[in-house]
Amino acid sequence: MRAQFVFSEIFIGLRRNLTMTIAVVVSAAVALGMLGVALLMLFQTSQMKDYWYDKVEVSVFLCTKEDQGLHASTCSAGQVTDTQMTALQADLAGNPLVQQVFPETQPEAFARYKEQAKGSPVTDYVTPDQIPASLRVKLKSPTTENIDAIRSTYQGQQGVETVSDQKTILKPLFKLFNGLTVSATTVAVVMVGLALMLIVNTVRLSAFSRRRETGIMRLVGASNFYIRLPFLMEGAVAGLGGVAVAALGVASFKFFLIDRVLAPSFTFTSFIGWDKVLVTVLILVPVGLLMAVGASALSLRKYLKV
Amino acid sequence: MIRFDQVSKTYPNQSRAALRDISLEIERGEFVFVIGSSGSGKSTFMRLILREERPSAGRVYVAGKDLSKLSNWKIPQLRRQIGTVFQDFRLLPNKTVEQNVAFALEVIGKSRPTIGKAVPEVLDLVGLGGKGGRYPNELSGGEQQRVAIARAFVNRPMVLIADEPTGNLDPETSVGIMKLLDRINRAGTTVVMVTHDQAIVNQMRRRVLELDGGNLVRDQSRGVYGYVR
Ligand SMILES: Nc1ncnc2c1ncn2[C@@H]1O[C@H](COP(=O)(O)OP(=O)(O)O)[C@@H](O)[C@H]1O
Ligand SMILES: [Mg+2]
Repeated sequence: MRAQFVFSEIFIGLRRNLTMTIAVVVSAAVALGMLGVALLMLFQTSQMKDYWYDKVEVSVFLCTKEDQGLHASTCSAGQVTDTQMTALQADLAGNPLVQQVFPETQPEAFARYKEQAKGSPVTDYVTPDQIPASLRVKLKSPTTENIDAIRSTYQGQQGVETVSDQKTILKPLFKLFNGLTVSATTVAVVMVGLALMLIVNTVRLSAFSRRRETGIMRLVGASNFYIRLPFLMEGAVAGLGGVAVAALGVASFKFFLIDRVLAPSFTFTSFIGWDKVLVTVLILVPVGLLMAVGASALSLRKYLKV
Repeated sequence: MIRFDQVSKTYPNQSRAALRDISLEIERGEFVFVIGSSGSGKSTFMRLILREERPSAGRVYVAGKDLSKLSNWKIPQLRRQIGTVFQDFRLLPNKTVEQNVAFALEVIGKSRPTIGKAVPEVLDLVGLGGKGGRYPNELSGGEQQRVAIARAFVNRPMVLIADEPTGNLDPETSVGIMKLLDRINRAGTTVVMVTHDQAIVNQMRRRVLELDGGNLVRDQSRGVYGYVR
């Protein structure tokens, strides 16, 4: 096999059909980029689930002295009393839905708050007695119904400022990511179809414009593989071009949308790191190659006589 | 070298057979003319030898191999043993004479030194020494056909098949091409040549196969064109 010969053929082929090549690269890039975004969202969703299932799901926040006015019905006594707190903790511990209860005192909550809001000037004005103590509840089975049951049981009790659960907080985020996954997958499927058709057609044109050469190659006994290789490589190069552009797209999705927009707005959950972006790109490479080479091979079977 | 055993060929969607029940044998080193009017099946006969077409019935053997048993991936090996020349030369216009001939060796994976040696040799053989750097459009028709013959012969095939190689050439030039093919044949290569050129057939006095409407109507050694039955 003469490498130089094959490479010059690929180059000639790609240049001859430059507009088609660009069309293939762009459509493959969009298809693969959408596939990449869908993958990132799947990674993100699964990471959030892991993260979330590990954590305490329901927090029963207890009254601070400032809540006397703000939550008059349950915090009329102001700061939660030790008696109230012990009673609530005992009650929760006895609840059949609950696996474990961790109390968090105001100084502990304050320390965690300062850690989370590090760098923000607000922390200078906040004092420990403004941050509520809480009872963090881990459920045996963190289903929405169980969470709702806990909430409705404890929301109105004396000494309880509010009951919040991370599932409710995360719901819009899960919704967003699911939506992104579904729409990205839909676009990806359509674009993959389009890219495949474009590749088939590009290779067909390419085979047609080189029918003289391939005809002679057949006559003098060049192997099918040798005759087809330049076309397949042409497809592969275009496919890899698509992967490269898609990788840029996926990286900017991570850089601009996840790191710049989502991460600052949802500080309580963690977001996927660059390692997942790398994994995604590494998945896109074989997918792109397979798509391009597969479509080329299909086209050659149909349009290049042996 | 080539054997047809009750071969018939009907193209798809055609009512008339292009070849009917052809049986014949061509020995190693023979020179055979195939004659007959247009549409009589001459090109079909050649394509069957090249395995460009498969017979509808019967068997074709080349170099002892039954082509119907030849798997697709082995076809290139068969074609490397058969040199092919056409009326329309089929040269690559953007390649020089040398590059055109070298192309035939490159695409079957021959090494650079082999190509560097074989190409000038075969160009000398066909009488084009010194014209290797020309492009096809800078050559006369006869010279272009010599390039095509050089390309067909550079790999030293066992069989050379030529479908009306002088069809586009004037009589004088044709004689030169015939002499070249004769020389190739005398060096041991089996040559099968389709032609309409009476003068050539009559002058050469070689075996003549005549086709008429797909039937083999004559198989005569040392034949002439205008044979009256
Ligand atoms: N690819 C083809 N498809 C259908 N019919 C064909 C094809 N090639 C040749 N034929 C028919 O087969 C017959 C013989 O053709 P051909 O072998 O080319 O004759 P010749 O070379 O003697 O002129 C003709 O009737 C022609 O129309
Ligand atoms: Mg013909």
